Amino acid sequence: MAVSEKKTKEIYRVNGPVVKARGRGDFAMQSVVLVGEEGLIGEVIRIDGEEATIQVYETTGGLKPGEPVVTTEKPLSVMLGPGIIGNIFDGIQRPLKALEEKSGAFMERGLNISNLDTEKLWHFKPVAKAGDSVGVLSIVGEVRETGSIVNKIMIPESAFSEYSRKTRSKVQGVLEHRGVMGVLKSVAPEGEYTVMDTIAVVEFPDGTESAVRMMQEWPVRKARPVQKRLPVDEPLVTGQRIIDSLFPIARGGTAAVPGSFGTGKTMTQHQLAQWCDADIIIYIGCGERGNEMTEVLEDFPKLNDPRTGRSLMERTVLIANTSNMPVAAREASVYTGITLAEYYRDMGYDVAIMADSTSRWAEALREISGRLEEMPAEEGFPAYLASRLSEFYGRAGRTLSLNGKTGSVSVIGAVSPQGGDFSEPVTQNTKRFVRCFWGLDRSLAYARHYPAIHWLTSYSEYSEDLEKWYAEHLDKEFIERRDRTMLILEKENELMEIAKLVGTDVLPEDQKLALEIARVIRVGFLQQNAFHPVDTYVPLEKQSAMMGLILFLYDKAAELIKQGIPLSAVATTGFFEECIQMKYTVPNDDLSVIKEMKKRFDEELRKMMREYNAHRGVQV
Amino acid sequence: MIIEYTGIKSIVEPLIMVEGVEDVAYDELVEIRLADGTVRTGSVIDISKGKAVVQVFEGTNGMSLGTVSARFSGKPLMLSLSEEILGRVFDGAGRPADGLGAVYAEEKRDVNGLAINPISRRYPRNYIQTGVSAIDALMTLIRGQKLPLFSGNGLPHDKLTAQIVRQAGVMNPDDKFAIVFGAIGVKHEVAEFFKNSFADSGVLSRVVMFLNLSNDPAVERIFTPRCALTAAEYLAFEKGYNVLVVLTDMTAYCEALREISSMKGEIPSRKGYPGYLYSDLASIFERAGMIEGSKGSVTQIPILTMPNDDINHPIPDLTGYITEGQIVLDRTLSQKGIYPPINVLPSLSRLMKDGIGKGYTREDHQAVANQLFSAYSRVQEVRALATVIGEEELSAQDKKYMEFGRAFETRFLAQDYDENRSIEKTLDIGWELLSQLGAQELDRMDPELVKKYLRKG
Repeated sequence: MAVSEKKTKEIYRVNGPVVKARGRGDFAMQSVVLVGEEGLIGEVIRIDGEEATIQVYETTGGLKPGEPVVTTEKPLSVMLGPGIIGNIFDGIQRPLKALEEKSGAFMERGLNISNLDTEKLWHFKPVAKAGDSVGVLSIVGEVRETGSIVNKIMIPESAFSEYSRKTRSKVQGVLEHRGVMGVLKSVAPEGEYTVMDTIAVVEFPDGTESAVRMMQEWPVRKARPVQKRLPVDEPLVTGQRIIDSLFPIARGGTAAVPGSFGTGKTMTQHQLAQWCDADIIIYIGCGERGNEMTEVLEDFPKLNDPRTGRSLMERTVLIANTSNMPVAAREASVYTGITLAEYYRDMGYDVAIMADSTSRWAEALREISGRLEEMPAEEGFPAYLASRLSEFYGRAGRTLSLNGKTGSVSVIGAVSPQGGDFSEPVTQNTKRFVRCFWGLDRSLAYARHYPAIHWLTSYSEYSEDLEKWYAEHLDKEFIERRDRTMLILEKENELMEIAKLVGTDVLPEDQKLALEIARVIRVGFLQQNAFHPVDTYVPLEKQSAMMGLILFLYDKAAELIKQGIPLSAVATTGFFEECIQMKYTVPNDDLSVIKEMKKRFDEELRKMMREYNAHRGVQV
Repeated sequence: MIIEYTGIKSIVEPLIMVEGVEDVAYDELVEIRLADGTVRTGSVIDISKGKAVVQVFEGTNGMSLGTVSARFSGKPLMLSLSEEILGRVFDGAGRPADGLGAVYAEEKRDVNGLAINPISRRYPRNYIQTGVSAIDALMTLIRGQKLPLFSGNGLPHDKLTAQIVRQAGVMNPDDKFAIVFGAIGVKHEVAEFFKNSFADSGVLSRVVMFLNLSNDPAVERIFTPRCALTAAEYLAFEKGYNVLVVLTDMTAYCEALREISSMKGEIPSRKGYPGYLYSDLASIFERAGMIEGSKGSVTQIPILTMPNDDINHPIPDLTGYITEGQIVLDRTLSQKGIYPPINVLPSLSRLMKDGIGKGYTREDHQAVANQLFSAYSRVQEVRALATVIGEEELSAQDKKYMEFGRAFETRFLAQDYDENRSIEKTLDIGWELLSQLGAQELDRMDPELVKKYLRKG
């Protein structure tokens, strides 16, 4: 292989995933290089004179000084086109299925694999015709990618880059705004094409042409441009009561789920991936367990999307870079994931990303930074940790894309704080860039209270932004019910401080009732059983009605207690237990059951009051 | 051609720096010849052009710059493998240590192994009955799982592991079953205890042992778990064995890693452990599981002693993030004379949810487990209250919980070293204890189950 001297350097030093190369070759920062005889994939992360520092995305055992390093002169990019949905990739978008076919169950390295299947035929249907004016990301056709998702074939920015260069002065504006730049000269007729085939040709005013394929490339570390950002004022409904009712996330919003091991981060992420009402889910297993990815792979094809009734896998993309896979690819995996998300967002889809776990990604940064002998900031993490986190979460949002479609990317990142301590750098810095915080709590997890999201440490800044939506689409009482529920939980916390010292028996009856209602809320409402067919997903209407019934019981019982009837007497009705069980006994689609319960509670409690008063009347 | 290099530049126990080398690769195995003719082994841990840093397994004592020569083998540490390894004893770097000579190798494998492609894995669902109530009911062990024991010095983790191995291992004699035992920096008596317990249960011929004792060189410890897992993967995925891997003590492993990292002058992270401790531990613990197209499995029970019984120490902390749960031993319970002293609240099995219930154990299993956890965690609150206001002052309901707590520890947790409880028996004891609390307290259960099972036990 004769490679020009301008493109090569020689390995000088190998230290874990970091390789230093020296030589004449002119390497650009963040360009992809092929390292050693086997051609391992790496990325240039530092240049110092003739020496380039490279992070390698595969294991480096066996590399020798003197072996060549060749630049591809391209930044680390993903291939975008039909074939992404339903697939499972590693951190740099190599399809794991294809890797398995090449090297078996154990992953070897130096395998040269295309990110998308370039031979598969897709059924292309044009939606634009010759003569149409087009701009960046104009949609020319459609491909049914899976049963649930139609891939809208967009003209990539790169098709315009040649013309842009020539007419630089005008172009600045064009890339930022939706502007017509060319005319479609031809569009392929409906039929079967591979992602590499030309499906359209764009002609520019100066007579030059550009061919358009279904496949386009995009550098992962660069956010895809949009026309403008839109306000986030619609909820991403997850069917998880504590999230939807107390700490909601908006479409295009950001949330962090921190928790020490065993508190249910992954479980929460799986539930969201299954139930949240986004169009597309991108699940990034970043430095986590292999078996967890396998579980998703085995379960999702069998589960049905609650909205389309089709297999969940038809709207899911998995990125699996497990803890024992190369650390540099782990670092890249979150960028790969968010770039795929932006691509579908540009088509007008609502995309949700689950990143499990961003701490492993931060640790990958730390590990590489340590190998580079950079000056560490807090706890060994590099000083640029915060800016990287903000860059990542900053790519979330609800947007109007260059072709005028409205889409969103919501990001839900798990955080694994060291020792479960939320004051550590990754949790603290993440908190600055997300607007929704679901703090998982060890003591709740120990008591098997799932989801172990603690209501006192969690918050959501979206609650207010969404109020208008709730009023228009749900019911008027929802916001009031939610606020009262939170108040009761806070009151419980205060009362428990006292109860810890003196026991609950000596508290006055009305406080005992508050504690009892708080228990009903905790056990009956906040706890949710992911394995129960009815309880695993609960629509907003039922969530609101459940809160309504609990609060109704609270008010009625409070009246009784005011009259001097002891809590123990009220408890004999069994209504508290009935409220706790309603998550199982009330079907999700028939809320009349709750109405009946309310009526019955009302009648019986009135009766109790009458009897009690009559009894007291006799005594007087 | 293999060249012998004499250009040793510096020695920092246990590392030597060799200069003027060519064609040397990262991770390569090195033979070091001393003046008196003895040979030691090492591996390349850092290279730059013309220079190699070699860590010497047996340590550098007695070496001097002029008299030592190094030979680079061109290969990483390889383990000779065939079914003959069953019943054999090796040292911590995979060399025969039982005087029976070399293994006739069907195959040689790099001990570092390769990552399993997540797509090729089979999700573990087969439950292993250990006969220990606390584990079977509340943190069920699944074939292909990695479930560590978090212990402390002086707690009976060895005894418990031996009991698990004995009761889980020989349950199904038709099964192709093997045990790989990796001792990492443990005391001689510990290794001896395991050897005897394997012999007592008659499984010695199915055990492969890799022994690095506390007086063996620390650097060798880096390779001990890797050798053990390479042997385990071979037996499982080539020969179809269900392999149970016991690694003890992972704390000693991490300390060896720290020692080498600090000698290399790397930037330390938490408590002086290197920043890559997580990735490094993952490269060991992730070598468990099952793969498509193979009948075998690798199940890992690593043991680690938590320094100062602190579960937030980096070693247990990072381990817990990688493994699929943990079994936590507790000093207070042990002092109360309860064996096995498993603190069930922080203990967990992540794979349990898919391997229990109808068709695996019994339909009520998950519900019983949830309710026991919830009740026992309530017990902790009540006990805290009792220390303030006195047990006498507790409400009637809280007193019930106090009673439940005592019964749970003495009847459910506690069992004899040779008592092998079936899962039915375990769950029945669970129902018996729960019935003391009364049906209205069973808020984690589907009412149907309560109707069916309560007071049945």
